[in-house]
Amino acid sequence: MAELVKLTIDGKGVETEKGTLLIEAARQAGIEIPSFCYYEGLTLQAACRMCLVEVEKTPKLQVGCTLPVAEGMVVHTDSATVAGARKGTLEFLLTNHPLDCPVCDKGGECELQDMVFRYGAGESRFVERKVHTDEQQWSPVVYFDAPRCILCYRCVRICNEGMGVNALGVAARGVGSEIIPNFHDHLECDECGACIDICPVGALTSGTYRYQTRPWEMRHAGTICTHCADGCRTTLGVRNDKIIRGNNRDRSGINGEFLCIKGRYGFDFVEHPERLQSPMQRVGDRFEPVSWSRALGTIAEGFATGAKCGVIGSNHTTNEENLFLARFAREGLKTGHIDHHRTGDLATFFDALSGRNEALATTGDLYTAKAVLIVGADLSQQHPLLAFQVRANVRHHAAHVYTVTTGPVREDQQAAASVRVQKGGELAGVESLRDQLKRHEDLVIVFGDAIQGESLRKLVGFGDSLGIPVKYVCLVDYSNSRGAFDMGLIPQSGGMSREQMLAASDLDVLWVVGANPLKSASLAAAGAFVVVQDLFLTETARRADIVLPAASAYEKNGTVTNVCGEVQKLKQAVKVMGTKTDLEIFGLIAKEMGIQWPVASGQWPARPAALPGLIQSAGDTLFTSGSLSRYSKILNSVMEAPGALYSGRWPVAGGQ
Amino acid sequence: MLYNEPSPLETRVVSKRFGMLNSASLDTYLATDGYQAFRKAREMKPEQIVEEVKTSALRGRGGAGFPTGLKWSFVPRTSPHPKYIIVNADESEPGTCKDRLLMEYDPHQMIEGILIAALAVDAHAGYIYIRGEYRYLIEIVDRAIAEAYAKGYLGKNVAGTGFDFDLYTHSGAGAYECGEETALLDSIEGKRGIPRMKPPFPAVAGAWGFPTLLNNVETFSAVPEIIRSGGAAFAALGVPKAGGTRLVCISGHVNRPGVYELPLGYPMLKSIYEVAGGIPGGRKLKAVIPGGSSCPILKASECDIPMDYDTLAKVGSMLGSGGMVVMDETTDMVRLGLRIMRFYAHESCGWCIPCREGTTWLKKILTRMVEGHGQREDVALLGELSKNMLGRTFCALGDAAALPTISIVEKFAEDFEKHLKPEMVMV
Amino acid sequence: MTFSPQLEERFAKMLSIYPPGRERSAVIPMLIYAQDEVGAVTRELVEEVARRCKVTPLQVDEVVGYYSMLHRKPSGKYHVQVCTNISCLLTGGEELYEHAKKKLGIGHKEVTPDGQFSLEEVECMGACSWAPAVEINYDFHHFVTPEKLDQLIEGLRSKH
Ligand SMILES: Cc1cc2nc3c(=O)[nH]c(=O)nc-3n(C[C@H](O)[C@H](O)[C@H](O)COP(=O)(O)O)c2cc1C
Ligand code: SF4
Ligand code: FES
Repeated sequence: MAELVKLTIDGKGVETEKGTLLIEAARQAGIEIPSFCYYEGLTLQAACRMCLVEVEKTPKLQVGCTLPVAEGMVVHTDSATVAGARKGTLEFLLTNHPLDCPVCDKGGECELQDMVFRYGAGESRFVERKVHTDEQQWSPVVYFDAPRCILCYRCVRICNEGMGVNALGVAARGVGSEIIPNFHDHLECDECGACIDICPVGALTSGTYRYQTRPWEMRHAGTICTHCADGCRTTLGVRNDKIIRGNNRDRSGINGEFLCIKGRYGFDFVEHPERLQSPMQRVGDRFEPVSWSRALGTIAEGFATGAKCGVIGSNHTTNEENLFLARFAREGLKTGHIDHHRTGDLATFFDALSGRNEALATTGDLYTAKAVLIVGADLSQQHPLLAFQVRANVRHHAAHVYTVTTGPVREDQQAAASVRVQKGGELAGVESLRDQLKRHEDLVIVFGDAIQGESLRKLVGFGDSLGIPVKYVCLVDYSNSRGAFDMGLIPQSGGMSREQMLAASDLDVLWVVGANPLKSASLAAAGAFVVVQDLFLTETARRADIVLPAASAYEKNGTVTNVCGEVQKLKQAVKVMGTKTDLEIFGLIAKEMGIQWPVASGQWPARPAALPGLIQSAGDTLFTSGSLSRYSKILNSVMEAPGALYSGRWPVAGGQ
Repeated sequence: MLYNEPSPLETRVVSKRFGMLNSASLDTYLATDGYQAFRKAREMKPEQIVEEVKTSALRGRGGAGFPTGLKWSFVPRTSPHPKYIIVNADESEPGTCKDRLLMEYDPHQMIEGILIAALAVDAHAGYIYIRGEYRYLIEIVDRAIAEAYAKGYLGKNVAGTGFDFDLYTHSGAGAYECGEETALLDSIEGKRGIPRMKPPFPAVAGAWGFPTLLNNVETFSAVPEIIRSGGAAFAALGVPKAGGTRLVCISGHVNRPGVYELPLGYPMLKSIYEVAGGIPGGRKLKAVIPGGSSCPILKASECDIPMDYDTLAKVGSMLGSGGMVVMDETTDMVRLGLRIMRFYAHESCGWCIPCREGTTWLKKILTRMVEGHGQREDVALLGELSKNMLGRTFCALGDAAALPTISIVEKFAEDFEKHLKPEMVMV
Repeated sequence: MTFSPQLEERFAKMLSIYPPGRERSAVIPMLIYAQDEVGAVTRELVEEVARRCKVTPLQVDEVVGYYSMLHRKPSGKYHVQVCTNISCLLTGGEELYEHAKKKLGIGHKEVTPDGQFSLEEVECMGACSWAPAVEINYDFHHFVTPEKLDQLIEGLRSKH
């Protein structure tokens, strides 16, 4: 517990930790000190001068955003002098600002507007000509309008410090100073849109959202990103049943305001023209739209007559749906042939931990752990939030990062040590770090699919042998990969794995829910009756006898479990005509088959010690997301793998 | 050949070698008691060196006038980190042209001063940050450094005393703000010259984050004499709290403009009328910028004063960097004010809002006035906007732009009249 | 990109004088010396300096726009810089600058068609006590009168 100091702000007694910045101390006391450049968690700038306050016994106005509180300090934020200073600063700020609020995309949620409204002058005394430059497009998502920029340097800092991308800088000087992109006239970056999100004014706007709406015309649905397994909360802005924006400004959820391109912009697949909106039945080599009753009838028949049924579930459907599907298969279809695309060896993982739940790291642990060891994973590409947490941990707590990978990863920038290994050599690489790791108070080990089976047990053995508290994250790919496992979408008691089902020539029925196994394999059982529930006519759906139009995660309620086992709620944002949620569909099929729900046994699926079959991450990048990304215009419009970051053309961080 | 004739009224201490044959050569330097001070300092304890400099009452010649000995005492000499010496040779303050001469005519004096400072703070490397426009000086100083290395006065075992020190020049590329000590540090690290937050002060975390002693060229150049003849003797040359002599750069409306070495506390009028030969055509004195364009301007009636830090502060101005600009009765203070503001608007680094936007706004108003479109309320606006900058900017450049403007508005109001739109003139 | 042996030698020294891992410190000196040889700060030069100093091109771009002596467009063989700051202003600097404009037939930061001369109105360059002053490339000229400026320019013209 840090030392406390007492001070007075506007006559109000405040007690807070020594070293707290005045601007924060005031906030704690419910007093706002206005600011532009100050931004919690990013380096201090003291550039905008909005936060000037009076501190007794100091002649000059003091900068509230950099001044640490001291015992007995007497501060005035409400004096005439301070009001004058704020007014003066805003007047200066507006001299070269275009004042084009009526046509500015930021109107209604612009910090500059709010500041002027609260602290500014009514009239302008500036009658000279303004400095003007034209708007520039830097990337499919990023537009920059220099005249509106107030140079708070938030975008530069979030990109450098927050994302570790270093794609934005400042050029020229004086009144000509301007934010510039890393490749002269364009950006090569993660396209995460954090710079746009953090911009207090309308200088940085997004190609996907700009000029579509006024913020107050949207309703918002706070849900969970359906792409990777990190489970970022994304608040979807909806207008006329159309999603037009994703962000998390309110910092709700485990990701604070962080989002990568997928969480922020990757919702556009929802309204892709190829979305399935009616059940379809195969007629020869074509599909014909059919009614739900016809489709359900055909399915019920097919399922009932099938002796050998296989069920392949989804990494994207909700826990409720997964649990329901698993039971439907076992208790309704009486089959043990259940599986999903497994991307991490959770079975061995839990068995190796033998119930030690305290060894399961949370997303928060990656921000607080003294040390983080990343084994066989490109965190920034495949787990952007976890990578963000680690970067923030290094910045704020000087955490030590270690990487053991087959190629360069962005985490190397901050790594205390980076070990390059051949595939399969990971454990040896880890062993070589033993002495360094032992020295830390605690450690989180994050590992990818390179670590499975025996080597996973060895890795946990290694961690436990260090003699310090060690937690683990077993990486998996998708928004509910973890839930699919937990809810029992896995082969048990002699059931076939996904690969075995596809290879079994005597399979009678294959029921695929929200998965695309035939993208990379073929189905041996030529005669099998195949039912597919999906958003699109995927490779697998094309082989189906009946295809049912399913609702996506953004169109349903329920829960999903992220890579760290954190269970979060989905909230329906929109409805797509003709689709039904998978849960609804299960219910309808059950009804059609005359199965009584709820089914008898209420027991929770047991965790098996080991499972047959292949475990393999799809190795998505920031810009890909299994079969889904091909239906996202935005994800396809950006460059595959950020050239500037991975070509090795330039040092990622640049020189000190 | 000197740029201007010396004056018999000068007290030549740091400029004593100016005009000597090959004054920039090490041989000349050694022949004229060069390196005596360093050898003496080598025998002293670091604390003693710092004490001696404190006793000399030497104050920074770069503009801020901070007591040099005190600054030296801030450097944690026992810190395990490397410590660096940085010489501020960015000389960009309008009206100032003295560091040039010290480097051109007597580079070894500066080098010896640097070496003594290095002993005091236990530094083993130094960098001389020379403004890019001074390329010919970079060449001169590089030659002097090479000569010193060749003859064992730099590098390993300096002057056979077992002390190691490396010295380099570093070229700027055109930016007044890089004279500001922390902006200079960013610049020497290869970045835009943006000033840094203080604390931490350079003495604790300076170049590359390491303890750094940063002084002006003239400040270092005064050190050998201080150590050689003792701090007290140097102090005695000047006035209490401001010891020694300084190079005064007299420019503008005088008959013999030039750089002259005068003791601290020297009468301002005497320097104008006797040292610099008075005002051409017997015209009347109107105003004086006492120490570079950043200083509030003095009216003629305020100029009958001794030139030392405290007196200048009393009359609401500063001694600054020694750039003394003399203006006669024909001077149009509004045009002057515009030129000053054009300078600051051009040189503002742009980091903070009041300076970035304020200097440009003021420049535009003054331009409009000089072009004959001034309005009466513009005069008051100039003053008010300057005050909105004053004391609210990140670094002192903002103040430097505001102060002279305020003094013009307050002291030379009548000069604005002829710039107001005719129909606006009251009768 | 390759430079003259002398410049390569200078660069090698530059990269060696700063603390280890701090090659970035050489960016500004490298740019200005390279500009003198290449004529301007081209994209190619930016990337070359970035490579040599182990920084990103962005980190170099940030610097180029900041320093007033660095320019992306080539200036004339003889870059005539006329100071009009206070001391020069008081001693005829502005008149001198106007004269230079007429004499060369170009304005601020412009280049003569033959590429021989470029003109720039500059800030105080440290010649206040010997004003008005002009710097041509890196050579200072003091107490410059219009006549003296004409002679200087003619002298340079007749050099070829
Ligand atoms: C805008 C600005 C420009 C400055 N320019 C110079 C300069 O060109 N040369 C210099 O020695 N000091 C300059 N200074 C002062 C330096 O910040 C610093 O105080 C000085 O170099 C310290 O050395 P000294 O104590 O020996 O004077 C400048 C300060 C400011 C605020
Ligand atoms: S006052 Fe502000 S804008 Fe001006 S030079 Fe200093 S930091 Fe830069
Ligand atoms: S918030 Fe303090 S200066 Fe910007």
